[in-house]
Amino acid sequence: MDLIAQLEAEQIAALGKDIPDFKAGDTIRVGYKVTEGSRSRVQNYEGVCISRKNGNGIAGSFTVRKISFGEGVERVFPLHSTNIDSITVVRRGRVRRAKLYYLRSRRGKSARIAEVTNYKAPKSANADA
Amino acid sequence: MLRSGLIAKKVGMTRLFMEDGKQVPVTVLSLENLQVVAQRTVEKDGYTAVQLGAGAAKAKRTSKAMRGHFAAAKVEPKRKVAEFRVAPENLIEVGEEFSANHYFEGQYVDVSGTSIGKGFAGAMKRHNFGGLRATHGVSISHRSHGSTGQCQDPGRVFKGKKMAGHMGAAKVTTQNLQVVRTDEDRGLIMVKGAVPGSKGGWVTIKDAVKKPTPENTVYPAGLKSAAAAEAPAEEVEAENNEG
Repeated sequence: MDLIAQLEAEQIAALGKDIPDFKAGDTIRVGYKVTEGSRSRVQNYEGVCISRKNGNGIAGSFTVRKISFGEGVERVFPLHSTNIDSITVVRRGRVRRAKLYYLRSRRGKSARIAEVTNYKAPKSANADA
Repeated sequence: MLRSGLIAKKVGMTRLFMEDGKQVPVTVLSLENLQVVAQRTVEKDGYTAVQLGAGAAKAKRTSKAMRGHFAAAKVEPKRKVAEFRVAPENLIEVGEEFSANHYFEGQYVDVSGTSIGKGFAGAMKRHNFGGLRATHGVSISHRSHGSTGQCQDPGRVFKGKKMAGHMGAAKVTTQNLQVVRTDEDRGLIMVKGAVPGSKGGWVTIKDAVKKPTPENTVYPAGLKSAAAAEAPAEEVEAENNEG
């Protein structure tokens, strides 16, 4: 392990985030800390994860898409951001792509994603990730 | 008061997540057996400076002259040697080893290194020229520079005209980089942003010349021997950690 990888692993351990196993196609709810003036609260943002980048590393990020008041909204979150309070998987989707960018050009019925009925948590990632 | 800088090795870049939710891109610089190899004094050389050496070189790959020089200082052969001008009161004893607490978190530094070589580069890459048009009769010379001057008067190209040529592999200094974190045990300094040169390259770190000297600067330098001696006393130590 080189020094940079070691530093990143240490930082991930120090942040102590509880990141569930999720991938593109899953519907997730992100609790994001919002600071208004002096006080901060947690804002929930729920939608379909359409992309995950850079794996579980310190540079990892994911994109969540939802339709808000008829308008498609996408937000990119850094996976290990200290602003993320929680990530919960609401629904697991069955998809055949790693990046669901095709959803951007779809509306309504054709933008549906089938649910996974036989979800199995991965052995290694389940415990720590 | 001019004090010594440091020689460090560029390890690479990563990011740090801060408590307030901010992400900071940092370059990790590592101090590797950084010791004082020689002193320059007014009596002998007409100016005051310290010569530092970093890294470890094989003795058989070191020239006989340099081996003698390192032997006189009673230090291992060093891979990289550099000199830093210091004020006479900030001279450091030969053989003293530097520690990462030379800089405190939040301090501004200038980092110099040798930039990555680009070889013979055209005017577009080297000087950000616009090039010529893609169509409208332009043939073969889409990435060329345009005219290089006037006509019969002056009848020559002025000196310093920006043209294609060798780019990179030159000494570059990045000023006012902030030290985000230091790791004394491993000898690591993390500065915000990018630093010239490739991974594994040697860089020199100095106090920022364009910022006022901070009050809690460590004089004459952050040394391992000083840190070990003052561990029980801890006045200066506590100050450093808070900074």
